[in-house]
Formats: sequence, structure tokens, C-alpha cells
Amino acid sequence: MIAERMTTIEEIIRDTGNDRTRLLDVLQAVRQNYGFVSNDALQAIAVGLRMPAVEVEDTLSFYAFLNRTPKGRFQIRLSKTPVSLMKGAADVAYAFCAATGAPLGGTSPDNQFTVEWTSDIGMADQEPSALINTTVFNSLKPADVPAIVSALRLQGDPAKLQNAGVRPSLTQAGPVIFSQEAAKTGDGIRAALTLSPEDVIKEISKAKLRGRGGAGFPTALKWKYCRGAKGKAHYVVCNADEGEPGTFKDRLLLIDKPDLVFDGMTIAAYAIGAKDGIVYLRGEYAYLWEPLQRVLDDRSKAGLLGCNVCGHEGFDFNIRIQLGAGAYICGEESALLESLEGKRGAPRDRPPFPTDHGYLEQPTAVDNVETYACAIRILERGSNWFTTYGTPESTGTKLLSVSGDCPRPGVYEVAFGVTINEFLDLVGAPEAVFVQVGGPSGQSVAPKDFGRRIAFEDLATGGSMMVFGPGRDVLDIALQFTDFFVDESCGWCTPCRVGTTLLKKQLEKIVARRGTLSDVVAMETLANTVMRMSRCGLGQSSVNPILTTIRNFPQLYEARLQPETFVPRVTLSEATAEALAIRQSEKSEKKDA
Amino acid sequence: MSQDKLTFTIDGLKVEAQHGQTILEACDAAGIYIPRLCYHPDLEPAGHCRVCSCNIDGRRASACTMAAVAGMVIESNTPEVNGDRRTLIEMLFVEGNHICPSCEKSGDCELQALGYRLGMEAPQTPYLWPERKIDATHPDIFIDRNHCILCSRCIRASRTEDGKSVFGFEGRGIHTLLSIGIAGRLDDTALKAADKAAQVCPVGCILIKRSGYQVPEGRRRYDEKPIGSEIEARRAK
Repeated sequence: MIAERMTTIEEIIRDTGNDRTRLLDVLQAVRQNYGFVSNDALQAIAVGLRMPAVEVEDTLSFYAFLNRTPKGRFQIRLSKTPVSLMKGAADVAYAFCAATGAPLGGTSPDNQFTVEWTSDIGMADQEPSALINTTVFNSLKPADVPAIVSALRLQGDPAKLQNAGVRPSLTQAGPVIFSQEAAKTGDGIRAALTLSPEDVIKEISKAKLRGRGGAGFPTALKWKYCRGAKGKAHYVVCNADEGEPGTFKDRLLLIDKPDLVFDGMTIAAYAIGAKDGIVYLRGEYAYLWEPLQRVLDDRSKAGLLGCNVCGHEGFDFNIRIQLGAGAYICGEESALLESLEGKRGAPRDRPPFPTDHGYLEQPTAVDNVETYACAIRILERGSNWFTTYGTPESTGTKLLSVSGDCPRPGVYEVAFGVTINEFLDLVGAPEAVFVQVGGPSGQSVAPKDFGRRIAFEDLATGGSMMVFGPGRDVLDIALQFTDFFVDESCGWCTPCRVGTTLLKKQLEKIVARRGTLSDVVAMETLANTVMRMSRCGLGQSSVNPILTTIRNFPQLYEARLQPETFVPRVTLSEATAEALAIRQSEKSEKKDA
Repeated sequence: MSQDKLTFTIDGLKVEAQHGQTILEACDAAGIYIPRLCYHPDLEPAGHCRVCSCNIDGRRASACTMAAVAGMVIESNTPEVNGDRRTLIEMLFVEGNHICPSCEKSGDCELQALGYRLGMEAPQTPYLWPERKIDATHPDIFIDRNHCILCSRCIRASRTEDGKSVFGFEGRGIHTLLSIGIAGRLDDTALKAADKAAQVCPVGCILIKRSGYQVPEGRRRYDEKPIGSEIEARRAK
């Protein structure tokens, strides 16, 4: 048995090129073959890759989708977000538990099913949603569950069941990415290849394209730095680790417009002088791997990838897809690069920046899926055309992932500069009590600020727009977001690792109406320290649910506060519960005797 | 001034640095103490604890990882920066189970010494009281993870100095732990008491057996002088 396993692990390692930077692929293949990564397998991987076992464990133990103990044949992961819970995810979860016999967070006695919560799976417009193994399920209702479970027992292939797959998400097309007069695949590349790489960068610069992941860094500047940096090789990386709760527009792009994204990566490669591109696809989107791979194969056949792309002598470019394994932090570009190299997704200290020392220490341009789609449109239609949309500082359009209390969720392509009021009319939710702009790491925007604009110079967003209607509890949702950061903190640095947990406890106390004014002041002070001291954007923005709700909804805090100067964190009965339980059991033992 | 030198300013003082030096290294050499915890002069910096964070040209960043650049203006010893540092020390105290009076590292412990230096009183945040494992299987070395602050000094030392990679991280977030891999018992690893990894722990997590009380309490490093004094003494000279 052991010998058989060893051989297969050796094969897996051989198939991935005996390369320890591909450890994530090795671990995922082992997990897929055996259902889990045992200590024996871990040891065999360490031997096979000639690396210390603790370093294999270091990576293995980091990712939510890599399990070290057996799980059910069917792993049912339910998306847990404020939106999914609003749409009834808890009842769906209980229905799965009832139908499978698995406890929530555990495995059924027959070892067939594991039912557990997971962070947002990129289906906010189709909640409640779930992943069953790698198949995604949309719009689940408790009543659907028994049929799904018995069908799984019978025929075993989740992909063939009702609710399987993704419903179309495009609600409103806009003039740039989803333009009706779109060029043909490859036209943008051919247009770019008539220019010098420097002139491609100039065209992107004239278009004032800024990163669509949310930070808004000028794309042309990134490409220019990367092109100018010395290295053995240059790399183009597409950040498709779309993990911000509430966003799913990259999923739409990768399903509906993959060629647009690959076209964009190809001109980026031409501009910076790269031969290799990597798409880092989040583990939750594993179901997109095969279709995307087919697109890549077709592109190779069509001469859009490989040697002499589009017949351009000396321009060689290939793209591979790296699948993530369940870690929000890997959307942070330096953590993404660590993950690409087979390590835990802990961010790097900067400088140096990825444009100097990126993938394998080489100059690397990491851009968002949507950024590449915009870049190719600019090359197709020109920078002047692109800048007719949006605001002077935020040109073009933005894909917004809309979810929550609105009749028409989905992806909207809108020009930058739209106000929240206009946005709410568009999605049919004029009565909203607040909008979470940019996901948990963004801002909780109150009605008093609905005149503000979606633009890098005002309300910046990677595209997550969660709408909350009357009756929604802002602080309860802030607590759920805070809890999300507890789960997704990588743990590398003290302020984020410990601070997120402490802030959650503090907010819990206030939400439970045990807080006083001094608790709010202490929480705000702590949140500011976490923001200032954290190593990366995750920690720095993990406090936003707390800080933006204190700023924008002070009356909701006031309504929950106790008038005393001090209220203990736990009640007397909670504090003495353990002691009382011991006393109780002693008493009953005496009685029995 | 020679070609390979540059100068920057910290808290109003001019510091001369060599190209390639980090801010922390340059300040150490100049006798200016920036509080730090996970940094160790013999190891590559890792940027875990964030205690050495300063305002560098207006942006907060860690002095142990940031290269010194000519003309930088740095704020380190200010009430706001030190307040944030104190909060980090408090976080580390509540994250583990630190019971100074009964810890054999007391007086030699960098965490405790920083608590004193930065004026920490009782932590303002709740204790997390985690359940952490101890390992007494090794004949010469004892591990008490109750005191671990995840600084990775032992991990780095074991990998780069000892060439053994005995230690690593396990898990993530608040559940991150110091691991000795699948060996399970410290005695089954290649660790020796003379290894760098066994010598660099800033707290009472990795302890050499039978050595704890060779220097009596009250006469230990930080009982005599506050942490950082040895660096500041360079400046006085």
C-alpha cells in the first residue's frame, strides 16, 4: 500500500517537473488522488522534492482547501457571507446536514459527505451557493437539498445535478469591456505589434489606465518599471484570485471573455518583454480550469500563443494556469507570488516591489483580470476613445459586482464617476440603508454619502457592491466582516494576527449590548494601531468595517451602549459556568455512589 | 564623505549608513536603539513582530527590512509610534500564556524587557488563554509554546545557520503554531543544544535544560539595565 502511494507521488512530482516551486500543484494532486495529504505522503513529497518536511508542512497547513485528515467523498462547502446568510444559507446548511447525517463542520458517519462553511466563493449574485468538490451550485433552497444528496449517492457526479453551474451574471453591458462593437480576438494584439513595446506602454499611459483590483496604481507605470528592471526573465501574472467577498466580475470575465483577458496578458508580455505568463486562479474557481485551458489550447493552435505570436518574429509567449487552494490573502500581489512559488501565502515586505523582484525574484507585472481586459480594448480602439468614459482621474468603465437587497443583482459595467444614488436607481434599490463599497476591506457607506462617486479619487472599489436594505443590522454585518478577517489573516505579523481576533471580541461585546463608551474608544484606538502597524493591505484594511461604521453610523453604536463606565466582558454566570459544571457533576457522582 | 556612505535623519539626529544597510543596522551601529523583537543580528530579517516600525518619510514601515536611503527622515521615538509598539507587546502577552514571575527566562526575556521599556502596565485587551503544547522529550532542550511569540528566529536559524530545518510554521492566522514537523517529539529531531536555533529564542519558549537559574533572578541582563542600553552605550562613547 505504502509502496503504491510512493510511486504515485513520485509520478506527481515528475509530472510537475521535480520543481519545489510547484509544491502547491503537487499537494493538490496528492489531495485529489488520496482525498487528503497524510503524514506519509508529506514525507514522500519532502523526499521527492528534496526539501525539508517542515517546509512542506508549512505550505500544506496554510491553505483551507488542503486537508491533512480524511474528509467525505463529497465535500460540500457553503459560502458564508452576510449576503448568503440573508438569502437563507443557514437553512440550506442545516438541510445538507439533515440529508447527509454530517454535522456542520464535520463528516457523515458513512464518510460520504463533509459539510462545512467556507469564505465567499464568488457567487454573491446567486446565493445561497456551494461548492461540492469542484462543482459550483447556485441559488440553493432547502427543498432542493434532499434530491441533490440522493443523486450524489446514486450517480456520484455533482456536475450533472440540478442547480449545478453558474447562471449568467451580466446584468448591464457597458461601452468598453462588453462593447457591442467589439473587435475580434487577436485584433488588439495585432494592433499592439505594429507599435514598439515602449509605444504600447505610452498608449496605456495616455489612456490613464489604473489597476482594477481596487488600489488604482497606474498600469503603464507598473509596466514601465517592470520593462526597465534587469532580470533573467520577465513575467506577466494575472491576479484571478478574486477573493473579496461580494465580487464575482472576474469569474464573469473568465467565463464570457477569456480571450479578452489572454489578449491583454499577451500585450503586457510584449510591452514588458516577458515570455511566460501565469494566471493565478483562486481554488474556488477550479471549475474554470478546464474551460480556460481549452481556450489556451485553441489560442496556441491559432498562433495567438507560442512562438512568434501573430507571426511577430521573436515574440514568444505562453500562459499557464496556477490553481490556488483557498486563501483570501493570495489576492495580495506579493502573497500571490509566494504562493506561485509553492510557499505559504504570506506577503513580502516592500520594497523591493514585484516589478523588480517578483516571481522567482524576477521582474513581474501583476495585474487584475479586468485590467488586462481594459488594456486590450485600449489597444483596439485607442486611448482617446477610452478616456471619453469615466472621470479625468478614473478613466474608462468599471465592472461592479452587485449583490444583496436588490432585484437585479449581477455584473454592471458603468463609467467611473457614477454616484451611489445613481447606482442604486440602476440596480433597483433606492431604499437601501447602506452600501458596502469594495467588500469588507472597503467602506460601509451611509445614505448621507450616497452623493459620492465611484472613482479612485472618491470611493475606490475593486468592484464589490453589497446593497443592504431596510431592517439590516449594520453592526451585525460589520462583525461578520471582522470575523472574515480573523479567518483570512495569514498570521505572519503580530498586529493583524492578534489584532483581528481582539477586535472581533471587542465588537462582539458591543453588538451583544455589553459595551460602554470606553469600549468603543478602546476598539477604535486598537483598530488604528492595527491599521498603522500591519505589514500588508489585508491587515491595514481589516479594520475598515469597524472604523467606517464608527464614522458613518455612530448612532447605531450609541443605541447599543450601556450607561455604566464599565461592564465586564462576560456575565457572572458565564464566568463561573465551568466551575458550576464541575460542582454539578461532583454532586451527581455523590448521589450515584 | 566617501562614496559608499549615505546619511539620513532619525528623530532629528543625523545617521551615517553604508549602502545596503537596513535602517535598523545603521541605527544600531550609530548607537540609536529602535525597539525590536523578531530581529536578530545574525539572521535575515523577517518582519513579523512590527515592533521596529517607524514613520519613514511619513509612511509606517519596519526598520529591520527597509534599506537606508540617503535623505530619509524617520520618526521612531515618538509617543504615537511607541504607543503602537506598546500595543503590539500587549498583543503578544495576551496571545500566549505569559506568567513572568514563574518563567525561568524572567529578566532575560526580550518580550518582558520591552514591556518594561515601553511602559506597559496590565494589558488593556482580553487574554486569549490558548491551549499550547509543551515538549520535554529532548534530553537538553525544552519547548514551552505557551511563551512562543511566532518570531521565527528558531525557524530561520535552523534553516540558514544550522542547515537542519527543524522548525516551521503550521496553520495560519491566530491558529499559527511553531511546528517541529511530523516528527511529533523534539527528541526525534536533529536539534542539538549547541545549535543556533536553540540559542536565539527571545522568550522562554525554547529553553536549554539545567541552565535556567545559573544566573539568579535580579542579576540578569535586563534586571541590570533596560533592553537597548547596550546599543545606546555605543553612542555615549
